Amino acid sequence: MIEPITGRYAHIALGGRAHRIYYEEAGEGIPLLCLHTAGSDGRQYRAVLNDPEILKNYRVVAFDMPWHGKSSPPALWQRDEPYRLSTDAYTTMVMSVAHELGLERPVVMGCSIGGRIVLHLALEHARELRALIGLQSAAYVERYYDASWMDHAEVHGGRAAGGLAYGLMSPLSPDEHRWETVWHYMQGGPGVFSGDLHFYQVEGDIRSRLDAIDTRQCPLYMLTGEYDYSASPRDTEAAAARIAGAKVTIMQGLGHFPMSENPAAFLGYLRPVLDEIRRR
Amino acid sequence: MIERLAERVNGDPAIVRWGREMHETFMLEVGKTQYLVTVRAGLIERVEKGPFAMRSWRFAIRASEQCWAQFWRSPPAPGWHDLFALLRRGEVKLEGDQRVLWAYLLYLKLALAALRQ
Repeated sequence: MIEPITGRYAHIALGGRAHRIYYEEAGEGIPLLCLHTAGSDGRQYRAVLNDPEILKNYRVVAFDMPWHGKSSPPALWQRDEPYRLSTDAYTTMVMSVAHELGLERPVVMGCSIGGRIVLHLALEHARELRALIGLQSAAYVERYYDASWMDHAEVHGGRAAGGLAYGLMSPLSPDEHRWETVWHYMQGGPGVFSGDLHFYQVEGDIRSRLDAIDTRQCPLYMLTGEYDYSASPRDTEAAAARIAGAKVTIMQGLGHFPMSENPAAFLGYLRPVLDEIRRR
Repeated sequence: MIERLAERVNGDPAIVRWGREMHETFMLEVGKTQYLVTVRAGLIERVEKGPFAMRSWRFAIRASEQCWAQFWRSPPAPGWHDLFALLRRGEVKLEGDQRVLWAYLLYLKLALAALRQ
């Protein structure tokens, strides 16, 4: 059996520097751009990229952010300050990838940090986007642990990141997919996960701007797994309460990585959302 | 409950592997009851019940009896299912050498969850 997914590299300038970005895609139709979580990569969307029902109507694209998966850091990264994701860099990255890949008015779906950036995209780029889907979206998550330990010579970063990711999933999700998700985390480069969390836990706080999101310009769906304690259902509902027209679904039995930890259950929640977007 | 830790962990190679470099004693507090757990190469060598006089430990994991009862339910309820879930809700205190705790985070999470019925 060969999957319908194809993978390619795109050369895209970000922040004035050349980047070699890996992306996978499958299907035809409305572009659906998928954003992975902090410290992981596009493999998290393997089930969406393999779902015949979705691929009939959507061109699904998942890219690895720079530093993640098969996307490299920019050349001569060794001379740079340590990697740290910011709202501006992330927003520019998503819009540049969409532009370079010729995705016209795409639906953007992101999880965790991706679920945060869709809120920023709703503010800054609503007219250019067909719809936004935030998975595990929260306006802000306070620092309740010190992520810098995952980038320490005397702590194995892969094991520590795997340990962190493991607990964020639902104990009800199938072992096979939970441990696939853990493996992606174990493969992350030094300082990348904690560099992403700088955006998630410090710089990307959007609490003061939620009221300005206009879902009439671009519809916003927020889907959150009930077992997530990082972006918990309460966090998602608190954010949604301040965004007129945001549609919230709490996904029973799922955790922080719904598309990766329990693909079958997640697709059951995603397909109706994609159908609704298509019929608008 | 805690007394069964050795049996549950030592019989599961998928847990032991993540602690194979670990040679430490840590404190596990269940309400007012203290336990010192000694790990050798990923195997639970000893579980001692307090009170203790002037014993050393590398790190401590402290939570109330009610909190652990929730954590050890099978399946646990959302928000009670992981050590860091307890941390975010302020139900657990992690003290001592945080470096060692992070180094064996996956092992510790799997070992503690192994006590679920």
